[in-house]
Amino acid sequence: MQKGGVVMDVTTPEQARMAEKAGAVAVMALHAVPADIRARGGVARMADPAIIERIMKLVTIPVMAKVRIGHFAEAQILEALGVDMIDESEVLTPADEEAHIEKKKFTIPFVCGARDLGEALRRIDEGAAMIRTKGEPGTGNVVEAVRHMKKINRQIAELVRFKSNKHTLEEKAAEYRVPLALVEETIRLKRLPVVNFAAGGISGVADASLLMQLGADGIFVGSGVFKSSNPIKFAKAIVEATRSYDQPKKLLEISKNLGEPMHGLDIKSLIEAQKMQIRGV
Amino acid sequence: MKIGVVALQGDVSEHLEAIEKILGKDSSVAVRNRKDLETISGLIIPGGESTTISELMQKAEIFDEVRKLGEQGFPIYGTCAGLILLAKQGDEQVKKTSQKLLGLMDTRINRNAFGRQRESFEIVLDIGSVKKFTCVFIRAPAIVETFGKCKTLAKFENYIVAAKQDNLFATAFHPELTDDLRVHRYFIEEIV
Repeated sequence: MQKGGVVMDVTTPEQARMAEKAGAVAVMALHAVPADIRARGGVARMADPAIIERIMKLVTIPVMAKVRIGHFAEAQILEALGVDMIDESEVLTPADEEAHIEKKKFTIPFVCGARDLGEALRRIDEGAAMIRTKGEPGTGNVVEAVRHMKKINRQIAELVRFKSNKHTLEEKAAEYRVPLALVEETIRLKRLPVVNFAAGGISGVADASLLMQLGADGIFVGSGVFKSSNPIKFAKAIVEATRSYDQPKKLLEISKNLGEPMHGLDIKSLIEAQKMQIRGV
Repeated sequence: MKIGVVALQGDVSEHLEAIEKILGKDSSVAVRNRKDLETISGLIIPGGESTTISELMQKAEIFDEVRKLGEQGFPIYGTCAGLILLAKQGDEQVKKTSQKLLGLMDTRINRNAFGRQRESFEIVLDIGSVKKFTCVFIRAPAIVETFGKCKTLAKFENYIVAAKQDNLFATAFHPELTDDLRVHRYFIEEIV
């Protein structure tokens, strides 16, 4: 039940405790934050379960952990550990370029990234209980998360307009490669059938507010907290901003004297092969 | 009449919708500060992360006010995380994290009675006078023991999953995640 909250990437039990104190609704246990994974290169895999286990013992908020796209064996291991949610994530190096994990076979809920409605509905059809935008992880640059959030909303609005045209809806379902029933459910709800969080490049108070105003149900912060000059302040500020996202006067107060945000990257400086968002469609 | 929902984190919108379905348009209030508390006749503390909601209620400066209202007989309904916050006695986990509870109901709770997230399930139970209600449990806590004035309304396995104490009502499950309004109606009609 993470709705309206902030999920924070952490790499140590101490960071997890700090995130809990700052008011995070869950932590994502990792061996390195996305900015470091990006800098380090090589193959990024599931974190050492011992780290995840230590974090699970220390905090009472839910603990999530990432597995590679399509790597159902990593997911089985995390299920055996009993994490609260698995993120099948493009931040790690994909293990299967053809298929995602069949998530319905698991009793643990999954969260998956999406850049558009088709990706989101395919992941939900596979059994994802939560969707997040992909954004461009580890960049501190919110532009891709904005693009993905707006695109999903625009495509849902488009579906709603086609509501009474069964033929077009059948075509849309075929285009998205999902059952018609899922398309119809989306139209009935006028939103994704599961919660939709914003993730990828969120690095401050205004970013969190922006994505919440664009319709996000909550926020994932990856590198934005622990790559800033003052993680405790940034963690508290982003939680506060997610709660008061529509109150500019509050946001003004929260924004003052936070210190340096993470340095960040211009997406245009990335070559296509460096983009994580293109992994797993 | 207006009913408020603590709107700091958790499944707020589902409760607001349920209230409006019962009492009509503009009958629900998303409670984010002390001023919002002045307009309402009853309060729901929703499901979410109890540690987070407790921290945020303190930051929003409504924690002590809600406690005071509860002590004075103001109707409060806690679901899931709300059930934890209403309790007088926590468990080891609550102590370990020095989590602050409202401490209003004569209950002792177990935060992870039904296991971590993977132990989510649905079961049909009688909740006092509300018969055959589909209860959705998500990483649910439960009441281990009631004492004093608190009355058990429903049990599942060895746990108490619904309880009432005068103006206070708590369920371990999420009635807001079903289309069945009877539990919300019970709170509004019998307690508020």
